[in-house]
Amino acid sequence: MDKPQVTDLYFMDARSRLIELAATLDRLHRASGETDFRWHCLMDCLPILQDTAPEKTARILERMSDPTTAPIPAAGEKGACGVWPGYRRDHT
Amino acid sequence: MRYIEPHAHMVSRTTDDYERLHLAGCRIVCEPAFWAGFDRSSAAGFRDYFDQITRFEPKRAAAYGIAHYAWICLNPKEAEDLALAREVLSLIPDFLDRPSVLGIGEIGLNKNSRNELAIFHEHLDLAVHHRQLILVHTPHLEDKRKGTQLILDAIREHPDLAPERVLIDHVEEHTVRLALDRGHWAGITLYPTSKCSAARAIDMLDVHGHERLWLNSACDWGVSDPLAVPQAMREMRRRGRSEADIATITWQNPARFLSQSPRFHLPE
Repeated sequence: MDKPQVTDLYFMDARSRLIELAATLDRLHRASGETDFRWHCLMDCLPILQDTAPEKTARILERMSDPTTAPIPAAGEKGACGVWPGYRRDHT
Repeated sequence: MRYIEPHAHMVSRTTDDYERLHLAGCRIVCEPAFWAGFDRSSAAGFRDYFDQITRFEPKRAAAYGIAHYAWICLNPKEAEDLALAREVLSLIPDFLDRPSVLGIGEIGLNKNSRNELAIFHEHLDLAVHHRQLILVHTPHLEDKRKGTQLILDAIREHPDLAPERVLIDHVEEHTVRLALDRGHWAGITLYPTSKCSAARAIDMLDVHGHERLWLNSACDWGVSDPLAVPQAMREMRRRGRSEADIATITWQNPARFLSQSPRFHLPE
């Protein structure tokens, strides 16, 4: 595909998703209480969208991933929450 | 156009879904054993489930012109109780000779725990001993990258396993190359929110080519779409992909991998 084709097929969808994200962040801003660590990670991913390097999708997925390598002692729960719980704002 | 759905949990779907799958061109469905949304309390519960996916579901599918195959295993979400897990593993050989069973799956990891990994190794031993194909589930979301690496390293510890007889499922952009570089097949799962969209799946095909890749819906009891594969086929057409390209990904590739099992047969 060339860039005009990508634009024809995907620009309106991307615009819609960007506005949905903005509205979600506005909603979070208006809400009371502590900000969950996952939002910090999400915000830390936003500069990846603006840089000029390729593989943005893989880099965002990596940023949200558990970077450790050893098996955990036991599976306390079955579900995943979207961001490694050990993530901290200064995670690089 | 006809296609193969290589990963669908039809026990969770209505008969209407079989009808819609057939209308959309699906001629073969493969059903890996999985977690039913709650933990089974005994090995007898698993035996009944294995019976269901090897005896009842093939009949239900056949009524709508679809061939149904199954994979047998204890899924990683129920691997934490080692005693129960090993009791279930002892049942599996009884089912491997059934005419619609393709191999051991979907085994793998969920939270990347020590017990999950131990049971994964025991499944691999079982597959080697009984010369079975393997279908591997990789973990969700933040656990996928680490779990995929643990899985690939565990497989490497079993040198009798030919890499081309193992499919690593639910790959995403950060794990697809890991699986392919080890010589395995890789499945891209079209599942809302937690896995991959059709657009992203086709992006991965653009980047990594068509070799040893397939698409599946993994439709189950969660929010999921049994028609996700034909939706992706439509997306490929929107991008100008040829009918031959689409057939490679949705028919020929799954047929190539699955035909390594002597029990798999393409329809006349």
